[in-house]
Amino acid sequence: MSAEKLVRMANQIAVFFASQPEAGAEAGVADHIRSFWNPVMRRQIYAHLDQGEKGLDPLALRALNLLRQSDPAARSEM
Amino acid sequence: MALNRETDFGTPQKDGPLVSLTIDGVRVQAPRGTSVMAAAAKAGTQIPKLCATDSLEAFGSCRLCLVEIEGRRGAPASCTTLVEEGMVVATQTQRLVDLRRGVMELYISDHPLDCLTCSANGDCQLQDMAGAVGLRDVRYGQDGAQHHTIGKDESNPYFTFDSSKCIVCSRCVRACEDVQGSFALTIDGRGLGSLVSTGGADFLSSECVSCGACVQACPTAALNEKSVVDMGTPTRSLLTTCAYCGVGCTFRAEMQGDKVVRMVPSKEGKANEGHSCVKGRFAWGYATHKDRIVKPMIRAAITDPWREVTWEEAFSYAANEFRRIQNTYGRDAVGGITSSRCTNEETFLVQKLIRVGFGNNNVDTCARVCHSPTGYGLKTAFGTSAGTQDFSSVEESDVIILIGANPTDAHPVFASRMKKRLRDGAKLIVIDPRRIDLVRSAHVEADHHLPLLPGTNVAIINALSHVIVTEGLIDEAFVRERCDLQDFEVWARFIAQPHNSPEETEKLTGVLAGDVRAAARLFATGGNGAIYYGLGVTEHSQGSTTVMGMANLAMATGNLGRRGVGINPLRGQNNVQGACDMGSFPHEFSGYRHVSDDATRDMFENMWGATLSAEPGLRIPNMLDEALEGRFKGIYIQGEDIAQSDPDTKHVTRGLENMECVIVQDLFLNETAKYAHVFFPGSSFLEKDGTFTNAERRISRVRKAIAPLAGLADWETTLGFAGALGCDMHYDHPGEIMDEVAQLTPTFAGVSYDKLDALGSLQWPCNAQAPEGTPIMHVDRFVRGKGKFMVTEFVPTDERTGPRFPLILTTGRILSQYNVGIQTQRTQNNVWHPEDVLEIHPFDAEQRGLREGDLVALLSRAGEVSLHAHISERMQPGVVYTTFHHASTGANVVTTDYSDWATNCPEYKVTAVQVQRTNRWSDWQEEERRSSGLMRVIAGKADSGKADAAE
Repeated sequence: MSAEKLVRMANQIAVFFASQPEAGAEAGVADHIRSFWNPVMRRQIYAHLDQGEKGLDPLALRALNLLRQSDPAARSEM
Repeated sequence: MALNRETDFGTPQKDGPLVSLTIDGVRVQAPRGTSVMAAAAKAGTQIPKLCATDSLEAFGSCRLCLVEIEGRRGAPASCTTLVEEGMVVATQTQRLVDLRRGVMELYISDHPLDCLTCSANGDCQLQDMAGAVGLRDVRYGQDGAQHHTIGKDESNPYFTFDSSKCIVCSRCVRACEDVQGSFALTIDGRGLGSLVSTGGADFLSSECVSCGACVQACPTAALNEKSVVDMGTPTRSLLTTCAYCGVGCTFRAEMQGDKVVRMVPSKEGKANEGHSCVKGRFAWGYATHKDRIVKPMIRAAITDPWREVTWEEAFSYAANEFRRIQNTYGRDAVGGITSSRCTNEETFLVQKLIRVGFGNNNVDTCARVCHSPTGYGLKTAFGTSAGTQDFSSVEESDVIILIGANPTDAHPVFASRMKKRLRDGAKLIVIDPRRIDLVRSAHVEADHHLPLLPGTNVAIINALSHVIVTEGLIDEAFVRERCDLQDFEVWARFIAQPHNSPEETEKLTGVLAGDVRAAARLFATGGNGAIYYGLGVTEHSQGSTTVMGMANLAMATGNLGRRGVGINPLRGQNNVQGACDMGSFPHEFSGYRHVSDDATRDMFENMWGATLSAEPGLRIPNMLDEALEGRFKGIYIQGEDIAQSDPDTKHVTRGLENMECVIVQDLFLNETAKYAHVFFPGSSFLEKDGTFTNAERRISRVRKAIAPLAGLADWETTLGFAGALGCDMHYDHPGEIMDEVAQLTPTFAGVSYDKLDALGSLQWPCNAQAPEGTPIMHVDRFVRGKGKFMVTEFVPTDERTGPRFPLILTTGRILSQYNVGIQTQRTQNNVWHPEDVLEIHPFDAEQRGLREGDLVALLSRAGEVSLHAHISERMQPGVVYTTFHHASTGANVVTTDYSDWATNCPEYKVTAVQVQRTNRWSDWQEEERRSSGLMRVIAGKADSGKADAAE
């Protein structure tokens, strides 16, 4: 998928969770992406993080960095 | 299989305390409120009748059902006389015989005596009654004033009206009023001049919606199916379930040998209780249409002609291709789509094949593009991904919110039930950009129509909740007992903020604050409040948020857990609920359990003897995106037409073109099949056994009426493909598949074909706690425990109007057509809707110099199509509307790839467009017309390769 589309999707998710109680927002975004995005999509967005994070909402960025630490997809090849 | 006609008790069945009476010397019991006629019928005595039928309240006009009652004078009509304790009734005395015979003489004196050549011969209640009363002579002869020379009205494609055969019993008029709610018929004239009338027009051009209720109610040949006129009366029948919308009506398929003569709605069907719509009742001819593909076909490239092959060769070719692709590009390079038109058993098999045989979770279903936000939203709020009520619950609703749904077109049988309740006094709040029929139609008028701008559902739902919270209208006892209080408090603080007030949201929605406040007060204080909704809610970038917002509203007002209330998604396709239940989503097994849940996965792995992936697979739009990236190369599509139904058509077809093996399993060479390499001929609902699950979670049997035209039912085709892949799955009958579903799925644990045959249908959850199913969900507690309030901030869609695209396009459905039209366009339903048109408000039309019927170009950033304009005040200025039923229109060429934040459900309902007069079809349409036939050529078949015959 194009990075642009993945970024748009991640930002949409972040916008929703940004309105939820603050304590759970980052975890909410991370859990949503972990639950519904295929590993290929997750690897692609991690690759986008490595290429400058362009266009990502700050909450989406924090959530993806959080998710990346525990996501096996982050450690496997594309 | 004999022809089973259902017993007609003459008047509706009643519930109530039993009273005892004696009928013809036999002591019987019947519920209070029951007519003597129905009590007698229940006891096995059919009192002669003509104007009575148990789908209608008693009318008392034919004077044939007279009885004698001890202690009463005269001979009262048994249909209008209610049972009383100790009543003694005689149904067959000499006096009654004489009276009835006299009545019948009068009827027959004005009725053609052509029984032997009459289309209703053998299925005529007038004929039956003549026999029952012993009519041997008509003293008045046939020479008096009569109606024999009145011509037939044959304008309706499916039934005839022959006034000469009409006995003016008013059953048709009452059925149109009481059952259908259309009020299209009346009795014109007086005395002998009385005639059933459509109000000056013929049937086709009248208000009649061809539901068939009048035909079913008619006791003679006055209203008769043309199929019966052509073929004669049926000789055998079986009960099955309609394959059109998510209402899931039960029908009696009435047949002669292997030919269907007619489909008659069954009283035994709890979803429809004997009613039907034009699609289920009449539009079944597609099943044997000449366009049906009945031989498997393959081709190496989509530019090649199709080559007919044996099933074995097709399976082998498809399996080899999929294995080649996986060996070349990796295990995840293939996937599949289950069909919401196929049975539960068939969708279960397809997802099993993908998870086991393909070795990944790349399975999705058409719910992705319709009700996936329902699943997400309701699971989040309540803990389960389904509507909360049964259809009959609406009979106890006092206030109904109808949002983003147009049930008179898309779910007509449920709409009739809703209209009946509205005529009986329930209040209605319609939230819809268009003035749909239920805003104002015969004897129904919404108390509030909130005509919001497309894309602002969340804002208006929040505004309704704001009024309820800030005006102290919360059902505090319900919230305290049933909901998570911490979540509630967070939500209540959020919703009370000024930006959620009607006065502020008016700037977004365009709906006057006063109207919103009045509607909110009505919903909160008007008694049982129910919310019904459709794709106008879900197909938005905030579809899931709106579903959660409605759940908030229902919980805040205590409108859950009993009859008359609830959150009710009106599902689009016949088995979209079932397809979701059966594990068709890439992240869930059957019963909505995530693939990463180890205990669940262990259970499936043990049952299936395979290692399963714990990772979510690709969703349909993701598959197409991956195809464009060159990583997704093969897809098995069962009974879906994504090249027509999914948004941004050019994106879809480019994705399909990039694949190396597209397998389509369908009845016809649909739009997607143009891009396919393997075609597995599908089987219609008449050709197989199985079950469908409707919008109220009701599992109903589909029964095989005729042999599969292509030799295999769809479930057998999937087994054949699986076998060729080396993925052995063995079942002798779909009932065995359901047994496996029951073993693996807690909500289906108590479901079996034996129980379905015994009880007729079951609503899941059906298990040890609810062995006969669950009509109403969340009665004492929510499935998740405490109900969860979610903060639902309004976020405008990224799809914005501007100078280039100043109008908003929203799309929808029409009564006579179904989904992509592949079925209904192969019926005579085209007489009502031969093409998709663009509805546009007179103001917008005038600004563009448009006149009714002008060809207009509809342009968006995604594409352009041309279609004819229909100027309509149903639209609000700034908003245009069309349907997506016709492939030649290509409505989805202009829709975009924006989608719901949670589920990727496409935002069909908001596309920024421009409309302008044109004198040409769009380039896309011209190219489609040029290439469409070429992509459908079948080698050796001279007449193949025409553009889709339905078009």
